[in-house]
Amino acid sequence: MAWTRQILRVDLTKGTCTSEALNMEWAMDYLGSRGLATKYLVEEIDPKVDPLSADNKLIMATGPMTGTIASTGGRYTVVTKGPLTGAIACSNSGGYFGAEMKFAGWDMVIFEGKSSKPVYLMIENDKVELRDASHLWGTSTWHTEEQIKKENQDPQIRISSIGKAGENQVLFSCVVNDLHRAAGRSGVGAVMGSKNLKAVAIRGTKGIGNVANPAEFQKVTTEKKQILAENAVTGEGLPTYGTQVLMNVINEMGALPTRNFKDVKFESANDISAEAMATPRETDGKAQLVTNQACFGCTIACGRISKIDKDHFSVQQKPQYHGASGGLEYEAAWALGAANGVKDLEALQYAQMVCNEHGFDPISFGATVGAVMEMYENGTLDEKKIGLKAPFGSAEALCELVEMTANGEGFGVEIGLGSKRLCEKYGQPELSMSVKGQEFPAYDPRGIQGMGLTYATSNRGACHLRSYTVASETLGIPVKTDPLVTEGKPGLVMAFQDATAAFDASGLCIFTSFAWGLGDIQPQIDAACEGDWSEEKLQEVGERIWNMEKLFNLEAGLTKEDDQLPTRLTTEAATEGPAKGLVAGVPEMLPEYYEIRGWDKDGVPSAEKRKSLGL
Amino acid sequence: MVYNTKLKATDLGTVKHLVIKIKRYVMQKSLYIDPEKCTGCLQCEMACSFEQTGVFNPSQSRIKVFNFEEEGRKVPYTCTQCDEAWCMQACPVDSIKLDATTGAKVVQDETCVGCKVCTISCPFGTINYVVETGKVAKCDLCGGDPACAKACPTDAITFVDANWTGLDKMRKWAAKANDASL
Ligand code: SF4
Ligand code: SF4
Repeated sequence: MAWTRQILRVDLTKGTCTSEALNMEWAMDYLGSRGLATKYLVEEIDPKVDPLSADNKLIMATGPMTGTIASTGGRYTVVTKGPLTGAIACSNSGGYFGAEMKFAGWDMVIFEGKSSKPVYLMIENDKVELRDASHLWGTSTWHTEEQIKKENQDPQIRISSIGKAGENQVLFSCVVNDLHRAAGRSGVGAVMGSKNLKAVAIRGTKGIGNVANPAEFQKVTTEKKQILAENAVTGEGLPTYGTQVLMNVINEMGALPTRNFKDVKFESANDISAEAMATPRETDGKAQLVTNQACFGCTIACGRISKIDKDHFSVQQKPQYHGASGGLEYEAAWALGAANGVKDLEALQYAQMVCNEHGFDPISFGATVGAVMEMYENGTLDEKKIGLKAPFGSAEALCELVEMTANGEGFGVEIGLGSKRLCEKYGQPELSMSVKGQEFPAYDPRGIQGMGLTYATSNRGACHLRSYTVASETLGIPVKTDPLVTEGKPGLVMAFQDATAAFDASGLCIFTSFAWGLGDIQPQIDAACEGDWSEEKLQEVGERIWNMEKLFNLEAGLTKEDDQLPTRLTTEAATEGPAKGLVAGVPEMLPEYYEIRGWDKDGVPSAEKRKSLGL
Repeated sequence: MVYNTKLKATDLGTVKHLVIKIKRYVMQKSLYIDPEKCTGCLQCEMACSFEQTGVFNPSQSRIKVFNFEEEGRKVPYTCTQCDEAWCMQACPVDSIKLDATTGAKVVQDETCVGCKVCTISCPFGTINYVVETGKVAKCDLCGGDPACAKACPTDAITFVDANWTGLDKMRKWAAKANDASL
């Protein structure tokens, strides 16, 4: 079966925890994790709800593959209505926390209401209780993990928590688990903070003993691990270099957005690349990268563990940052680095650590700093307003701004609003590089056209993890397409979106899709779950999830206008590289995309489409 | 190994002599762990628990992976199957027996009374009481085909000739001998 068939409902207003049977009919239609949690959310909340009010709900959910021996079977998602976007928020994380939730016997936990004082949820198998967290409030995610383990005298507890950013309702704050892993985007941490929920701590010792066909499951998961091991990306590129393997590649394509998307190439890309992380520093002769690390069950192990240079200006006399810690992934290295022209690798690592420690998204943070720097350079903001000089390229400014944002001090409070609200406040809305209020990740849609449509149509706001067409347009996976053209991209984006939704719903990591297609996860899901899981069915589950999310957004009040890119990308052409002279072709792709989706010209799913998907 | 601190050198001599005599022509394999290769994926814990209990459940795994986060080191640890096993000697009801083919010291569930004396006597902590069964549990080398070694994607755990667990390290150093660049 692979589902535990039990969900936990926590009413924070009343302080009660109750167990319910999982709705198996929904499980058959939405599989798990992203799909199933979103189904519960859309059934239970008013889409118009204020995301930071007690009426919003927050769901932490696993998939049927979570906690099994399938490679990467350790993921969970946090689903809620997002405060950054006003749209559906759905952030996925690895680490060990998700598997522990399953081992404790729960498919998902639904939080509703709002606690009158800070609390954390302690789950020990069936024993579940809300506990006082006053002593943890105001402390970091790192301290919270350490303290909960200490006071329970149990180092084997797994914890997911918010830091100061979530408490302060920074609109791009995240939920951090296992120190360096995060449900990172759309401000899910702020929702947790608004509910006075500091952490969820789990110790699960029941395990998963109900896989439908254990012998077949062992056989097929072993075979599929072999595919990951033999693939150049999942077997070599990711374990050796991590996602950072992309920095030089994307820069060469002229698709590395630089200085708030003014440029498409970063002259210092190599200084902040995977290669740089592995090269001994001049200062202390050591490389920043210490080792790689896997999430639960993962045979890829893309995670980076790094050590900062102890003598770097950002960490002098700050021993808490001198140990090994979660290191730079590509999106973060780009957002903290290229997006604001900073080439100091140690400064980027410092900013990354502060983001993990206090729980906020380095992509949105870094991209917002990029907008601040542009407004500093064009004279909209000055030293007095910001509290420091903030020209493009200033590592000092980056490090100070990350602290101010973490601590909710000075101008950091305004950065915590995200670039859309910040740029609007200072009369320059066009400088926010975002869709639906969420900042872009690290691919310039002028040089990788499919990503423009990906950002525009992503249900959770600009995001690379909803349809990673980079795989096709850059790496040729599963087929090579030309990154500079728009033809064929609507179909490509749609196919990636639906498949990705199915991967996410299963509890597996989307990075497996460099080597696996739906045809590879299908036999694993089929062997683990009751019911008949064909490739077509998974495809349909993915499409159903996508349409359900879209319908939620429409009911929340979003329109076609929210599916547009900022004018910079559709009017200012790339100035160099292969994409020179090109703008992002979203306006021409969008109508076709709506059409093949079976949506009308305003992007509303037709009655027919809804009916065919049972929505 | 450094853990024989409680035995005198002379005792050791006898013990070794005895063991060598018994095993003279038996080829055995032993788990060999190279922590540097470990990524912390816990495939080994999952494989172990499934093999031993039929449930995916790291809390029932006989091999444990420790994460020393501050240093970025992950270290898998399990029973080394001591020849003169402290647990076996301490058991008052003779419930831990030598599997002569594999060299594993195996808990006999039928007779174990759950007194936990073995858990106290083992210097390494690798034999533990299991509340759910009321017995102790330890690594038994899966009858000679350890699931953890098969599941490990990085070869951090291998199952190699017990007499030559040092072979890999020797090879590494040997490669440096005669190296023109040195
Ligand atoms: S590929 Fe990376 S992110 Fe995905 S499960 Fe493995 S280590 Fe985690
Ligand atoms: S399976 Fe191998 S790499 Fe994974 S945790 Fe165990 S020893 Fe480490």
